[in-house]
Amino acid sequence: MIVRGLAYLGWTLRVVLADIGHATRLFWQLLMCAPSCLRRFGLVRDQMHFLGNYSLAIISVSGLFVGFVLGLQGYYTLQRYGSASALGLLVALSLVRELGPVVSALLFAGRAGTSLTAEIGLMKAGEQLSAMEMMAIDPVRRILAPRFWAGVFVMPILSAVFSAVGILGGWVVGVVMIGVDSGSFWGQMQSGVDVWQDVGNGVVKSLVFGTTVSFVALRQGFEAQPTPEGVARATTRTVVLASLSVLALDFVLTALMFTI
Amino acid sequence: MQRSNNDIWVGLLVLIGAAALLFLALQSANLLSLSFQKTYQVTALFDNIGGLKKQAAVKSAGVVVGRVKDIVFDGKSFQAKVVMAIEAQHQFPKDSSLKILTSGLLGEQYIGLEAGADEKNLAEGDKVQDTQSAVVLENLISRFLYNKAAEPATNTDGK
Repeated sequence: MIVRGLAYLGWTLRVVLADIGHATRLFWQLLMCAPSCLRRFGLVRDQMHFLGNYSLAIISVSGLFVGFVLGLQGYYTLQRYGSASALGLLVALSLVRELGPVVSALLFAGRAGTSLTAEIGLMKAGEQLSAMEMMAIDPVRRILAPRFWAGVFVMPILSAVFSAVGILGGWVVGVVMIGVDSGSFWGQMQSGVDVWQDVGNGVVKSLVFGTTVSFVALRQGFEAQPTPEGVARATTRTVVLASLSVLALDFVLTALMFTI
Repeated sequence: MQRSNNDIWVGLLVLIGAAALLFLALQSANLLSLSFQKTYQVTALFDNIGGLKKQAAVKSAGVVVGRVKDIVFDGKSFQAKVVMAIEAQHQFPKDSSLKILTSGLLGEQYIGLEAGADEKNLAEGDKVQDTQSAVVLENLISRFLYNKAAEPATNTDGK
């Protein structure tokens, strides 16, 4: 009984360590592929088109509605303390620092991460990846790396669009509909938001999240069991793992960036 | 390298992203007006700065004329040394005075600059002598209570 428990513990540890090892090795391979990806930028460009342009609609519409809601809720809370003029600051800071990078990363995981996993998983199930290896083409370099780098490049763009559209949404609700003074809306925002501290850190966050989400999605597809069920499970796991790691990383990054 | 339609669309995407970043930097963070104005630095010692922070405004007659650059503790005089950058287009007499004020009841603190009457103007690296600390609520209350206690207790029964 005790021996079996001990064996189970050892087995679990071995599996976890092997998993971490595989993941790190794949991540390193993807990073090392950066020069060859940049040399054949056409592959990355096609993936950027697929991941970025098609996500733009959902990102900007969600950003608009998040901005609307922030404007409304922020107004109700701030107005209680007679400081509705700080609405612009509240909307801008919460979007640029947190909601922009985090929500767009979650949407990106749902919209683009799943399609990456399913695509790669089906390629594996159809033995296309093995066929490539038979032809001495490295599937990591030819298939995974362009998708990975496209995800990394596209994420900051999407997050910046999300924040900008969200601020406009907050402006529409706060200034146009409720009637907060336009001058103090922008003025408070401009005196409170710092370019490097807030906007810059938001960009850094979105780069980290883009790396995380695309890496998780690609790895889940690459390691998926080559069956329909396996691909389905891998797709589900992509969303769960990517979302959880984005939220956890966000906490760590916030703690590092915004504590003095 | 062959071109494709995707080039146009990806170019558009990058352009939109750049426009969004530019909007965030210019409209919400006000990058331009912060960095491109010429300033001169002035220091001052305060007994107590209260809740003053870096980047707080320096106002004269209610108009922002500069920003607080740095706040450090001066170990020699046991006072707070505040470094301010004042826009070069505004010149103030040497005997101008500084006060730490609060905007609104609970608003943030800023430095109020009152112009003096000296012939010479403040220049880079000058030290403003006449300063007045922030009002700390606890000190105010304790002084009030102390004054109350010190009053002769005659008017309670005398009327």
